Amino acid sequence: MSQKNNLVKKLEAVNEHEREPIPKHELKSWKSFVGTYAGEHTAGTEFVLGPLFVAHGASAIDLVTGLIIGNILAVLSWAFLTGKAATKTRLTLYFQLEKIAGSRFTMIYNLVNAVAFCFLAGAMITVAATAVGIPFDMAMPALNDTLPTSVGFVITVFAVGAITTVIAMFGFNQVVKFANIAAPWMIMIFVAAAVAVLPRLGINSISDFWPVAKETIWSGQPLEGNTKFTFWHIMFFAWFCNMAMHIGMADMSILRYAKKWTAGFAASTGLFLGHYVAWIASGILYSLFLLESDNSLVFAPGPIAYEAVGIAGAICVIIAGWTTANPTLYRAGLAIQSINPKWKTWKVTLFVGLITTIAACFPALMMQLLDFVALYGLVLMPLGAVVFIDIFLLPKMGLRSNFAEFNNSSFNPAVGITWLITLIFCVGLNFFGEIEIFFLGLPGWFVAVIVYLISSKLVQRNHKDEPSPSVVKKSRKTVPIS
Amino acid sequence: MNNIFKIISFIALGLTIVPSFLVFSGSITADLCKTLMFVGTVVWFLSAPKWMNKKQEAQT
Repeated sequence: MSQKNNLVKKLEAVNEHEREPIPKHELKSWKSFVGTYAGEHTAGTEFVLGPLFVAHGASAIDLVTGLIIGNILAVLSWAFLTGKAATKTRLTLYFQLEKIAGSRFTMIYNLVNAVAFCFLAGAMITVAATAVGIPFDMAMPALNDTLPTSVGFVITVFAVGAITTVIAMFGFNQVVKFANIAAPWMIMIFVAAAVAVLPRLGINSISDFWPVAKETIWSGQPLEGNTKFTFWHIMFFAWFCNMAMHIGMADMSILRYAKKWTAGFAASTGLFLGHYVAWIASGILYSLFLLESDNSLVFAPGPIAYEAVGIAGAICVIIAGWTTANPTLYRAGLAIQSINPKWKTWKVTLFVGLITTIAACFPALMMQLLDFVALYGLVLMPLGAVVFIDIFLLPKMGLRSNFAEFNNSSFNPAVGITWLITLIFCVGLNFFGEIEIFFLGLPGWFVAVIVYLISSKLVQRNHKDEPSPSVVKKSRKTVPIS
Repeated sequence: MNNIFKIISFIALGLTIVPSFLVFSGSITADLCKTLMFVGTVVWFLSAPKWMNKKQEAQT
């Protein structure tokens, strides 16, 4: 009992400042963010994304240059958009969005986020299951598989899903600590696996690398049933695969602790380790698998890593998948719980875990990870544009920032209109203009900005004569919501 | 004590990465590399928790 009280006290002592700006004495220098980003971007997804570039016929030069430029653009987005907004408000995205869009809108946003988190966690459970299934000689899924491939596969996925869910219910903090410990080791395994298999690809000296990379590893020929990726696909994917975090502003929650906005540049460590070194490394492994299996369509990160570096490789796939799935599942649970805070967290997580595990039985989730990651960022992007414009542009145009808070409203129609019109525009471009999902984020962002400015002007026109927000703020007593 | 665990951890990390370069240079076999990497993995996960996250734990 005293142990339980101790735990409750400990939990209550943790103050994440979820509904208030970060106090000055808790601000951190850019160095604190280097480790955070390095750990976060070397994950289970890297075992899937690197090989998918190979499957989509990326050429070596397109991959090397596309990833460099795309990653640089992503780092700039983190610094100039997320970093600037986070250090100006020092609030989480969720609280900032609630002030701008209202609590009812934030609930919808959380629901969409929860669904995306479930699918992402599901894909990672599938990744881990491909390694867990090795000793049981489980039939592995293929690139074009959408439905569960065998009873053994379903049983393995359910076993991994059950363990992941139970841990997410009881021991989230331990998982975060474990993920921190695993991160440096995981990067070493990625690099080691790729280097160890180079002789099998015919690379016996450094000078052999580029010719083999061009002709064998990233030959530029897509596998059967896959579209061809060009430099532009790779560059835009590298830029937008974390769109929800930078342009979508989710990482305001992290960077609000930064002393200066330039801490956003710390994301470069994670990107160039995870989204450059790890993608290239996993691409090399997959290419070797294709070479030795005569272009087999089987796609299973577990056996590929095991074949390269043995048990350490298989453990890496399990840990990478699991440490990504676990916090993602937990976040999904929290997002759903925000609909009704009275719901018990463990019950919500259990429910979310079940849905995620069922989703993980469908290999389509893992095979379509490139498209899914792009879609996830795209759906949340308009709200990032809204937050940025609301903070930096609306006051300059004589319009009110944080309109829902000012108007004491639970739904700001300007934000709803912006989200809807931007997504309709993007879907229209995709269907009628036949523009692929990877390229929609850029025009979509500008559409979101224009629509939000116009709709804010229309929505706020009846409130022109009311006193300025600063006057109202002074006279209004602050009441903590939670 | 922390420093001893740190040194052991870094040796373990070395065991996960160095053998692959030795395979690349033709100095050791792929099977030996796999064994050394597995040993490095086990030692890393036994030694790293002794000093990593300690600052965070002290804060909470």
